[in-house]
Amino acid sequence: MIEAHALSKRYGERVAVSDLSFTVRPGAVTGFLGPNGAGKSTTMRMILGLDAPTSGQVTVNGRRYADHPAPLHEVGAMLEARAIHTGRSARNHLLALAATTGIPRRRVDEVIDTVGLQDAARTRVGRFSLGMGQRLGIATALLGDPATLVLDEPVNGLDPEGVLWIRTLLKDLAAEGRTVLLSSHLMSEMALTAEHLIIIGRGRLIADTSVSEFVRATPGGSVRVRCDDAVALTALLAGPDVDVAALGGGVLEVTGLTSERIGRIAAQHAIALSELTPQQASLEQAFMELTRDDVEFRPPARDLDPAPVPTSEGQPA
Amino acid sequence: MSAMTSSPAAAAPGPAATVHSRVTQRRVLHSEWIKLRTLRSTFWTLIAATVSLIGFGALFCAITANRWPHMSAGDKAGFDPALTSLRGYFLAQLAVGVLGVLVITGEYATGMIRATLAAVPRRLPVLWAKAALYSLVTWVLMTVGALAAFLIGQGVLSSRHLGTSLSAPGVTRMVLGTGLYLTVVGLLGVAIGALIRNTAGGIATLFGVLLVLPALAEALPSSWGNRFGPYLPGNAGQALISLPREAHPLAPWTGFTVFCVYAVVALAASAVLLGRRDA
Repeated sequence: MIEAHALSKRYGERVAVSDLSFTVRPGAVTGFLGPNGAGKSTTMRMILGLDAPTSGQVTVNGRRYADHPAPLHEVGAMLEARAIHTGRSARNHLLALAATTGIPRRRVDEVIDTVGLQDAARTRVGRFSLGMGQRLGIATALLGDPATLVLDEPVNGLDPEGVLWIRTLLKDLAAEGRTVLLSSHLMSEMALTAEHLIIIGRGRLIADTSVSEFVRATPGGSVRVRCDDAVALTALLAGPDVDVAALGGGVLEVTGLTSERIGRIAAQHAIALSELTPQQASLEQAFMELTRDDVEFRPPARDLDPAPVPTSEGQPA
Repeated sequence: MSAMTSSPAAAAPGPAATVHSRVTQRRVLHSEWIKLRTLRSTFWTLIAATVSLIGFGALFCAITANRWPHMSAGDKAGFDPALTSLRGYFLAQLAVGVLGVLVITGEYATGMIRATLAAVPRRLPVLWAKAALYSLVTWVLMTVGALAAFLIGQGVLSSRHLGTSLSAPGVTRMVLGTGLYLTVVGLLGVAIGALIRNTAGGIATLFGVLLVLPALAEALPSSWGNRFGPYLPGNAGQALISLPREAHPLAPWTGFTVFCVYAVVALAASAVLLGRRDA
């Protein structure tokens, strides 16, 4: 269980995290999502006591991280895959960290097996591929058999097999009743791995919701309708908040009405439908929609819809 | 999860519960010992320090023994057998100082420091362990090295009957002092590494303080330079390796104490900052 209360962090003038409150519960994978520079890594560093909050506080299992007598047993962390001295072998890296807390040697060999680094355990980390580095980062996080895991972008740089492996591993860990918080800037990845979502942008909380709820509440979902008399149906569906676009060939794209409602209207007027499909706006799109005003850097506005771009309110230069 | 329980007593009844051990200074020492001995840079740098200490001492002695008949009276008067055999310390201090800085900045450069401080969030045990272990390793190696350099050097010089022995006045102090001076150089390196947190900056600062400051002090009017010069870290520390007959402004152990004070102050400052700064 991770609890953040009104957590804020300023680096000089720059506000990295602002009044952030959330709870990460055990037994589920929680995705920590936000565009680059949203404050995810800063928040994670504050969880681990590496950065001190400017105000507010964050606790793990009811205590500040630094107050735990054996933090490796409480929280396993992978902050950046490369938070590892490149001159040391993987095994020696793990042995050194294990020694701080009196974790036995056999546990080191266990986690090496778990992440599948047996053959590379004695190789210097500097020679590792990105994927191997990620695996060593996961091994480091698992070392103390912690009830809580905090992982910053764990799938970055992994090949598809590695991505699948990590997804399964994290779900298994959560199923064992652990608290798993992982950050990403990819909504699509989160949708596959996480059950719960904490979305931030520019250091502020944007959403704290379950993945299924997020999918359901995603605005902009349209319904694709195909029928013989598209013109008649268009007239029947028209309303204040309804938008009907004719795509040709009797296909309509309707926004503002549920598929159920459309089906009912068509039935009442005896219009035969040959297709009625809710179009789930892709999660990635919904996420981008949600964080549109909160990305730190963005390409020139010509790529975006002209209407919702706020140019007046303090966009960073 | 047994990790939810904070005391070993509470964890005991659970069937699969492991009694979770806590972080202690002793364990952090063990961890830092593993870190120190599992890096190649440690090995090679310490070899370099020892080889320069012994090798250059032997080389200077051999050259002196060889050139003795041709040396001027002034050169002969300025010659000291003990100091000549220990001269390698001037090069050895580079290796020892660089490794001292690297013990800390190597972790910042690679990001390892985050893993280290996440494992030991109270932080200070890490600094104490690094400082203590590195000082101990340097002291043992450099004392043995200085003794070897002295004995080899005197062996070489004895061919011209120029050698001296440990029982001569001030000689034991100079030999042991070489090991002690180099130890504190290493410790100062650790402290400056922790203050600056960057390898290039740390090394530049350390040797700026040790080697460049004394040269700058010489540019001052002599009334100032003579007054403050001896109290500069490098000068003060090297008082311990000075000749008894030389009128060094600071007594050997006074100078060394001044040098130690610099190191302790730097270490204390780095301890305060380590606790305050974001990692």
